Amino acid sequence: MVQERQTYGLIRRKGAWSWLDVRGRRLGAWAFALNRLTGLGLVLYLVIHLLVLSLLAQGESRWNDFIALAKSPAFLFLDVVLFFGLLFHGLNGIRVALVGMGLGVERHKTLFWVLMAIGAVLLLLSAWKVFSSPAT
Amino acid sequence: MAEQTVQFKVFRYKQGERPSYQTYTVRVDPRTTVLRALEQIRQEQDGTLAFRHSCFHASCGTCGMKVNGREVLACVTNVLELSTSEVIVEPLDNAPLITDLVVDMGDFYARYQPAGMPMIRESEFLPDSQVPEGVEHHMRLENCIECGLCLSACPVAGSDPLYLGPAALAAAWRMVEEPRGRDPATVLAWVDHEHGCWRCHAAFECSEVCPSNVDPAGAIMALRRELTRRKIGQLFGKR
Repeated sequence: MVQERQTYGLIRRKGAWSWLDVRGRRLGAWAFALNRLTGLGLVLYLVIHLLVLSLLAQGESRWNDFIALAKSPAFLFLDVVLFFGLLFHGLNGIRVALVGMGLGVERHKTLFWVLMAIGAVLLLLSAWKVFSSPAT
Repeated sequence: MAEQTVQFKVFRYKQGERPSYQTYTVRVDPRTTVLRALEQIRQEQDGTLAFRHSCFHASCGTCGMKVNGREVLACVTNVLELSTSEVIVEPLDNAPLITDLVVDMGDFYARYQPAGMPMIRESEFLPDSQVPEGVEHHMRLENCIECGLCLSACPVAGSDPLYLGPAALAAAWRMVEEPRGRDPATVLAWVDHEHGCWRCHAAFECSEVCPSNVDPAGAIMALRRELTRRKIGQLFGKR
């Protein structure tokens, strides 16, 4: 394994920021950055989801209060954001997995746009379903 | 395009001092490259500005730097084609900084060694080409000019100092692709670890900035494909 030689004091290395710094970058870097962001977002969602479920242990009243909040338009919009994260991360993940196995490498940009087109249709359907479902 | 005045905001760093940016005003014409403009600054305004260059025609790979946030060879980057009134010039990322725009390429070069430095290859001829007698087989230089742009542009190299990097992995794939009597298994074992070809996350930025069409990202994926093929083969008893 190569050990980095540090003869000099300063290395312009951005650390994790280099994942998200897409200034002047192309499609692959944008997809990579968004994949990281949606991945972190989904982990955060999972934690919040578990915390919300813990309200069940605090009685029926607390749970009903939360359900009332969850039916507000702002909360429904967050559901659509969640669907966006799931769809982007999942579909781009399929591209990364295929390309990572050496499949479709030369067509990775086309693959990206095809999967994103599928994602856009699914997102629109999801949004329609979220906002049109009767509040019960 | 007539002659214009352009502001050059240049990264400055001297050992033991804090990094900073210094702005220079330069008159450029339609043929002025970033490298020519930097030479103009050094000759006419500030003799302390340090940068590296050699061939002036994208062959040597020594003038790699970041211009307006993007890795380029300064010798073939036209200033006016950038279409910005201010041109920001910075050294490459992910390499130790020596001074101003000069980085230490020692580690970068060292990472080629295990791949056997595949600097030359057998030349291919077109099927209908008339090859002069005596040159049926000759060698030509590989495309990689070891400029380091790929390592600087790689988002993974930005967070993993031990990552072998796109150029070294591309060199590894060249050796596996054309072993010339060597055992590819040695090189495959060298890249088959968490800081090797599996660290790449397919951002493809290395291939985007490569001035020599080496396509390091494609090479990394080819390494993975080969390793995957061999590992699956091993599952079924193949050696």
